[in-house]
Formats: sequence, C-alpha cells, structure tokens
Amino acid sequence: MSKVYIALQDNEESHYIVEAIEEDNPDSTVIYQPAMIRIENEGRMVIKRETVEDKMGRDWEIPALHVNLITLGGNVDEDDDELTLTWND
Amino acid sequence: MAVAAITENYVGERLDRVENFHGNQVLYIGWDHHLMFCAPVAFPVSPQAPFRQVLEELIPGAFSLHPEFGEIDWDEVQWHLNGEPFTPDMDATLAEQGIDHKSAVRFATPGLNGIKGCGS
Amino acid sequence: MSNRKLNLKDKYRLLTRDLEWEYSYRDYEEIFKQESFEGIKITDWSKWEDPFRLTMDSYWKYQAEKEKKLYAIFDAFAQNNGQQNVTDARYVNAIKLFLTGVSPLEYQAYNGFAHVGRQFGGVGARVACQMQSLDELRHVQTQIHAMSHYNKHFDGFQEFPHMHDRVWYLSVPKSFFDDARSAGPFEFMVAIGFSFEYVLTNLLFVPFMSGAAYNGDMATVTFGFSAQSDEARHMTLGLEIIKFMLEQHEDNVPIVQRWINKWLWRGYRVLTLVAMMMDYMLPNKVMSWQESFEVYFEEAATSLFKDLARYGIEMPAYAATAIEEKEHLSHQAWSIFYNYGHAAAFHTWMPTDQEMDWLSEKYPNTFDKYYRPRYEKWREMEEAGERYYNPTLPMLCQTCQIPMGFTDMENPTLTSYRQSEYDGERYNFCSDGCKDIFDHEPEKYVQSWLPVHQIYQGNCGGAEMEDVLGEYYRINLGVDNLDFHGSPDEERWNAWHNLQPAEDKLKEAS
Repeated sequence: MSKVYIALQDNEESHYIVEAIEEDNPDSTVIYQPAMIRIENEGRMVIKRETVEDKMGRDWEIPALHVNLITLGGNVDEDDDELTLTWND
Repeated sequence: MAVAAITENYVGERLDRVENFHGNQVLYIGWDHHLMFCAPVAFPVSPQAPFRQVLEELIPGAFSLHPEFGEIDWDEVQWHLNGEPFTPDMDATLAEQGIDHKSAVRFATPGLNGIKGCGS
Repeated sequence: MSNRKLNLKDKYRLLTRDLEWEYSYRDYEEIFKQESFEGIKITDWSKWEDPFRLTMDSYWKYQAEKEKKLYAIFDAFAQNNGQQNVTDARYVNAIKLFLTGVSPLEYQAYNGFAHVGRQFGGVGARVACQMQSLDELRHVQTQIHAMSHYNKHFDGFQEFPHMHDRVWYLSVPKSFFDDARSAGPFEFMVAIGFSFEYVLTNLLFVPFMSGAAYNGDMATVTFGFSAQSDEARHMTLGLEIIKFMLEQHEDNVPIVQRWINKWLWRGYRVLTLVAMMMDYMLPNKVMSWQESFEVYFEEAATSLFKDLARYGIEMPAYAATAIEEKEHLSHQAWSIFYNYGHAAAFHTWMPTDQEMDWLSEKYPNTFDKYYRPRYEKWREMEEAGERYYNPTLPMLCQTCQIPMGFTDMENPTLTSYRQSEYDGERYNFCSDGCKDIFDHEPEKYVQSWLPVHQIYQGNCGGAEMEDVLGEYYRINLGVDNLDFHGSPDEERWNAWHNLQPAEDKLKEAS
C-alpha cells in the first residue's frame, strides 16, 4: 500500500485542520517540519468539512484548504463536504 | 520522424555548424580522474593545427594549475578520441588524424590519481 | 427553489459544460489545429474532470486571501529590515539563483499555459489551464516583489530577466522551458503539468522554503508557500491530464510513457541547481539533497507509478540513474560553480569545517572519499591567495546544456561521455537520458543555443571574457561575481553586524 500525504503551512488555522484530520484518520502520522506540517496515511485520507468546523468553532469550506496547502500526494476528489486522497494499488 | 512538428518535414537550424566558427572547429579535452577541472574543456582551434599545438599550448593552458600536471609522463599517457583508443601523431594536423569538429579527446595518466588519490 | 445555493459539483458542471458551444460554421480541426499532430487521440473531452472542481468565484476569493496574507508579510519583512536577520549573507546567493533561474520560469509557465489553454477542445482542460496561467503570473510577480527588497541591499539581483536569456548556467532552466513550450500542447502538459509540477516541484519548493524558514528569510518562505499553495492544484491537473490521455485511447500509452521518460530526466537535470542550493548555499541546513530526493522523488514517485501501473505506465527509464547519482549530484554541481565562479552572477565559496563535517555525515559513502580532498586543496589555494578558477570554458551537454560535470556511477571519478552523429555532425551528451532525447528528435536539439559555442562563434559581445561577462551578460564584474570572501556583499554584511573579516583579525593579532 502506498502512502497518501498532505502538507500544510504551520499556522494557527492549520492546527485545527490537522486536529480534524487526526480525528478522521486515526492511523495517520503527523510530522512537524520547519514551517510545515506533513500528514501521511496508508492508501487513503479524508478531510471533512464538519470536523474542521467543529474544531474551529466556525463555518469553514473545503476550498479554504488551499490557502494553507503546500503539497499533496494521491488522487484528489473534492466536493462540498470532504476532500479525499487515495492511491490505487 | 526527426521531430514532432506541426509543419511537415521540419528542419532545424544547425547552430553549431563548423562554418560558424570562423575557420576554427571545437575541440573538447578532458583529463580522466582529475575532477578539480569539473568538466572537460572546449577550445576553438584550427583543423590545420598540428596535435603538438594541442599538447604544448592548449593542454598546459587548461590543466597546468593541477599539482600533478608537472609529473605527467607524456609517453605513458593513454588517449581516447570520441570513445576509441587513439595514438596522436604530434606532427599531423587535427584534420589529418580524424579529429573533426566537436570531437572529444580524453587523456588518462596512469599512476597519477588526482589530489590525495581521490580522482580530483 | 430558484434561490437554492448551488453545490460545488453543479457549479463546476455549469462552468465547464454549459458555457461551451457547438462550432457550427468552422471545422473543429481548424479551431483546435494543434490537438492532433502529436499523435494523441481524444475521443471524448467531456470525460475531463477537475478533482477540485474549482470555479472562478472561489478561485478569485481564495487567491485574494492568499495575496493579502503574503503582502502583509512582505511589508513586515521590509519594515523590520528583515534582510539583516538572515543567517548569513552567503544565504542570499541562493535567492539570487532563484530569481535569475527560477522566477523567469514562472513567467514561461504563464505563457505556456495561456497558450495550451487555447489549444484544447475540452472546456474543463481550458479552464484549468487558464487558472494555472494566472497562478504562474502571480508567482512571478510576487517573487520579483519579494526579492526586490534584497536588491536594495545585496548585489547580483539587478539584471535578472536580461541574464536569464543570456548567462551560461541560466540557459539550463531557460532551454528546459523553451523545449516544453515549443512542443505540442499535450507534450507541454506532460512536461510541465505532470513531470515538473507533479513529480519535481516538491523537490524545488518544499525543501527550499523550509530552508528559507531555517535561515531567517521570512519573505521567501512566504512567497514560496503561497506559490506552493497553488502548486497542489497544478500537481492535480498534471496527474489528471495524464490519466485522461491514458483513458482516452490505448495508442496514447507509449507516447505518454516516452514523454514521461524524457521530461522527468530533463526536469531532474534542471534540479541539479536545487541540489547544490540545499547542500551548499543554506548556512542552516534542513535536510540534505539525498534525503529530500528520497522523500520527494523516490518515495513519492514509487506510489505514483504504482498507481499508474494499471494503465501500463512504468517508472521512467532513467530513474535508476537519478537514484544512483543522489550521493554525488550536489557536490558535482557545486564544483562546477566553484570552477566558474568568476563567470557567475552570484558568489561561491568553500564550505567551512563544520559544513564539511555535515556533508561527511550526510554523505558517508562519497564526501570524504571523493570531494573533501578536492575542497581542502581549493581552500589551501585560496589561503595562499590563489583562489582557483577554471581558466577554460567547459564542454556542455547538447540537451541539458549543463557543463559535463557528471560521472559514470560505476566509476564515479570518470566523466560520463556520450556522443551521437547526426546528419554528418557530432553531438555530445552528459548521459544516456540526454543522448536518447536528442536521438529521438535531433531536428529540435541541433538548435540548442549552447553558451560556450555562442561565445566561440563571436555572438556574445567582444573577444575577451570581460566583454562577454560584463557587457553581454551584464554581470557587474568584481561585485556580483567571484568568491564570497572579499565581496562587497560580505563587507556590507560585516558592517551591519560589526563583524571583522577574518583577514583583518589576523593582521591585528600579528
């Protein structure tokens, strides 16, 4: 199985997104690097709007992810409620 | 198909035709295992120049900064021309011994292995 | 119901489907005349999908937000004299290389995507290319803006667009993009959208921006990450176009495979410049070139090519060579620039003892064995007042245009020579990758504008090197070039920080 990954700028807003990712992807690994946070997971990762909103305590939409996004690896699928990353093995 | 092009039978301009070098041709020279000189060097040189001129002018001009340069025994040097072993004729011209435009001449100096033997 | 808020999928469908019209009085082939000559077969453009489903309203909204954040930081950086807080003035040379070598590529990418965005029959692909084109224009603007602050305080920034078109080492990135932009639209997408954006920009931006963060360069971190936030979308577009072509027709598979092989090699060779920036030009190191290559190329590419295997696509032919070279690449690159430091528009130097130890630790198989003795000799020459500069111009590779400083991995102190004959003329290459690229399309690469040959043809100013470097390249001689030690940059930096040059200290002590 290959790892999908996403890297976000290390800032306040990202911390909530990372928390949400950890909650929705319990097996994921979070790696803190200079100025950025990289999260990896085997095969699949999901970022859910609802969980992020819950962590932030305010409305948040999926495209807002782009503001803090540095890079990602995997096939992307985005709709109003979630963004998923997957690799086919 | 020598290129994928929108026009049929596309022909590219040869930027480095020998005619563009004002009577000279380009000669490349590299000293094997002496990478203090990061890459082989390039010279514009007359095809009518004898190889002696390469040995006595061009090579010292390019490589004499190396501490081993003075120790080279030129009778022992192994030469390659465009990848093939080669014995230069000092008095023949480059053209006469098949050293044509953009030829690469390499020389190896057995026993001299670069700075502290590291190939530099 | 008429006020119902459209969801993302509906909005995207409306943007990319219902805005298209039928071509009733002109032939399709006449309108999209570059779509077929490369041999790529498209049967149904409506199968194109943007996984982000980005529409113009949210594009402008989030791009504006990114810009606001970015400019707030530029202002803060300038107001706080951020240039004085970088780790060391040597660091700024990495930024000079970035501005002269990389930022103009963003402009080329803007041109390229604007062009191909016109050439595709499918609206989805056209919209995605248009957005990417705008992104690239934003990148070049923000980068110039960020670095204009450094231009007030350091040398070597002032002529970057002029230099990009003329200076020998800048012909490497320039010719890479020229090659891509003069290809057909699908090859351009594989070259830039897929190989460069998807596989290689991570290696360019991520470690470099982390490096800037570690070296106190807030402005660069910020423009880098701001650019990179668009990059995730570009990467996805790159992957999407590959999958789209492969799904459209099986005849596309071998063409796409050859392009992937070609462009990963071409891109990897350009990244030679990044390898040396990481290992040599960052005073505070983040990770070595080898480490970042392992994470961002080997690991990432392995996952990617496993995913693409279902289409019959394989790992590129030359990946094995790139992997073998990872323990040598940065050292060979820095040696090239140290050799020709008199002809570069930035400063070079020998690593300090501490930096050499870091290199030994990171490259246990190669650094002490092949490179340290060379560097110690160069340092000795410098200390004796005879700083080594190579007196003769180098042999260049016909394809990548880099001086032939790469070696055979089986015999790592022997220069790698490759040669082809075409139409009665010899052509020389640094590697099998570069030779094969030439051999497949010689009519393209016979046109390479090789800086050394151009100088010898008399096309670069006068006969003397001073004319070439000073007049034709517009390097401010004795200021922009030569070793960092003794440079005006060093002098200013020392004055800001009340530091004394090492030489003066020695004089005072004796």
